[in-house]
Amino acid sequence: MTTTTPQFSAPPVNQLGPWAWAKKNLFSSWFNTLLTIISLLLLIWVTTSLLGWALTQAQWDVLPSNFRLLLVGRYPVEFIWQVWLGVAVIAAVGGFSWGVLARQARLLDRRALITLGVLAAIIVVVLALLTNPVSIALALGLLVLLVLTGFAGQAIGRAKPQLGTWLPLLWLVGFLLSFALIRGLIIGRTVRLDDLGGLLLTILVAAVSIVLSFPLGVLLALGRRSDLPVIRGLSVLYIEVIRGLPLITILFASQLLVPMALPPQIRTERVMRAIVGFTLFSAAYLAENVRGGLQSVPRGQSEAAKALGMNPLLTTSLIVLPQALKAVIPTIVGQFISLFKDTSLLAIVGLTELLGMGQAILANPQYLGRSGEVYLFIGLIYFLCCYAMSSASRRLEKQLSAPRRAVEPALTTARPDGG
Amino acid sequence: MDEQKIPFWRDDRVLKIVGQVIVLAVILVIGAIIVNNVSVNLRRLGLPPGFGFLNSPAGFSIGDTAIPYSSTDTFGRALLVGIVNTLRVALLGIVLATLLGIVVGIARLSNNWLVRQLALVYVEIFRNTPLLLQLFLIYQAGFLKLPSIENPLRLPAATYLSNKGMHILWPASSLRTTIALILIVASIILGLILWQRRLKVMELQGGSVGRNYQIAVIALAVIGVLALLFGLEWEAPQFTGNSVDGGLYLSSEFGALLFGLVFYTAAFIAEVVRAGIQSVSKGQWEASQALGLQSGLTMRLVVFPQALRVMIPPLTSEYLNLAKNSSLAAGIAFPDFFQVAFTINNQTGRVLQVLLLIMIVYLTINLIISLIMNGLNQRVQIKER
Repeated sequence: MTTTTPQFSAPPVNQLGPWAWAKKNLFSSWFNTLLTIISLLLLIWVTTSLLGWALTQAQWDVLPSNFRLLLVGRYPVEFIWQVWLGVAVIAAVGGFSWGVLARQARLLDRRALITLGVLAAIIVVVLALLTNPVSIALALGLLVLLVLTGFAGQAIGRAKPQLGTWLPLLWLVGFLLSFALIRGLIIGRTVRLDDLGGLLLTILVAAVSIVLSFPLGVLLALGRRSDLPVIRGLSVLYIEVIRGLPLITILFASQLLVPMALPPQIRTERVMRAIVGFTLFSAAYLAENVRGGLQSVPRGQSEAAKALGMNPLLTTSLIVLPQALKAVIPTIVGQFISLFKDTSLLAIVGLTELLGMGQAILANPQYLGRSGEVYLFIGLIYFLCCYAMSSASRRLEKQLSAPRRAVEPALTTARPDGG
Repeated sequence: MDEQKIPFWRDDRVLKIVGQVIVLAVILVIGAIIVNNVSVNLRRLGLPPGFGFLNSPAGFSIGDTAIPYSSTDTFGRALLVGIVNTLRVALLGIVLATLLGIVVGIARLSNNWLVRQLALVYVEIFRNTPLLLQLFLIYQAGFLKLPSIENPLRLPAATYLSNKGMHILWPASSLRTTIALILIVASIILGLILWQRRLKVMELQGGSVGRNYQIAVIALAVIGVLALLFGLEWEAPQFTGNSVDGGLYLSSEFGALLFGLVFYTAAFIAEVVRAGIQSVSKGQWEASQALGLQSGLTMRLVVFPQALRVMIPPLTSEYLNLAKNSSLAAGIAFPDFFQVAFTINNQTGRVLQVLLLIMIVYLTINLIISLIMNGLNQRVQIKER
């Protein structure tokens, strides 16, 4: 009779006025006040000197005239549409997986709208300063493609929720297709690997290396956990030696030794050798990440598989590895980001990826002494790419860890047949 | 019914051995093919094996040497110069990066909003751009844009800054300096021993006894400071009209590499420090506050020692990264070990020997750092009874 429903109300919101906020966060004690003043002076000094340099001394004209070089290197101009086509494939795959992953939510929520708006604004404002209107239109078209495939992915993802597990495969296919389009292997004219340059080469080397190093890394991780002493010993030896060496050594070794290790009649392109070096390097680090994932799978899983009569090969490939790999997706993204930064070392080996292209531009007597302008711009590109990837991976991590308990049951109650 | 024997092709024990033999055989065959190709190619290029070339004269000069070297010395001596340069930059880098990293890491958790945001911006910028780019920027847009050596910047404490590098105040190498240095080191060691003894006595007897120890420590400190100020024979750099002589000379390549490594690694160390401090449970803060400890003391005596346990393994890998990253000196022409080895490779064409040397040196450096840090790690772990 007297069942009173407990009254829940939100805790009182502590609304601080701007003064109270400042007092709490900036001037709570004399030491804090001192810190605030020092940091404020530092901030003002850095921004004014940087702005003063950027607005009065810097000569930014080096950027628009070399923008194409920085992005695609010496890619033949008349076949540049092959690159656009390749990027469009990646945008479509990206939009599709975004839609599939966000199938339970509204696609264009506030956050997505803000991100898209900022991207569009950057494209319009920045590209207008640096390049021609056609490129702007094409770049905006890519954004539209992203959103459209996002909606398509959402619709298909709702109809077939198990599609999420196939996304890595889709990425692999999309990536191969994009690579073939950019190389001009399907339509258009074939472009030599050594003719690629700039940001395109940076992304290409990083992506190809991480994809190629993946099987090798998984094998090494399994080998390191194997109970066969020879295989374990060899894996440990490989992983520890590679991890103990600086990357630049491995890159030089690959440039010098790959042609020597092959029979004299086989010629290799320099980019190919660089990819070999990055793959061998990356596999050792990937193996350690995957090993972490393997250790996170409880023993009960493989014991249960054994009890069901599965042989070791099936147990590993169907039970242990899928769980382990899912657990390490965020670390693999992290490794891709660091590989993306590490490709800058190709500049020392003499390849013109993004940083190397910057060096090549600065070697032109016409642009002597513009190192600040060029390197700051290149740094901005690296920063935007890495920052975007790391925040995307953080979101992915949340998405991958949350739905197990919170979202999937709601889905099964909504549609009992949609397991 | 007699027991059925498992046929050997299904016997797990046999299969394991056979599998390993097959893997080993495959690797050996691939290795043999590669070795054969390499030796054929080497013979074609006419490059003799062996390390005899290390004793022949190098014939190239090195811009920045910490030990005496001239171009008539041997290749081996040149490599030694490179090793010393690598160790110099790596050791100094580790110390400075740790200090900066701890400061930034603590600033990331400051209750001052502005400080927190500045630290965050610093970490994000330096972690999300390549180190080589930062080195280029610091070297080409920073150090090389300084005024020339004929017209150097004069900073306080007789420091001269030019695009050739930095000349700073430094004790001259003389008998007086050596004696003073010995005095300083001895007083520091003695002081530390006495301080430990004093703490032990206080622990045993309770209360603030050990006044004699205190006086002794203060006396030692006074001796140390006096030796530092007046004992050392400070040598100030002198500007002679078109160059600077005396003092300690740090080349701009060295400076750029050091700054780059320190700024870059400090951003990663800051995150390690932040994660370590955050891993200490809130109850520890509250308990030490309840005991009346000030926040600085809480950090130093309660939180940091516990955070150290979490921090040391990732810190070790950051140190290893710094040591390996010092090889990026090749990008700004600082003669570290890798750069010197690469020059020797270009001059003599001994690819395999030079690569083998590089591997041995870097693996040894890594091993030493790992061993030291593992020892430290064991010391800070909880001692359970």
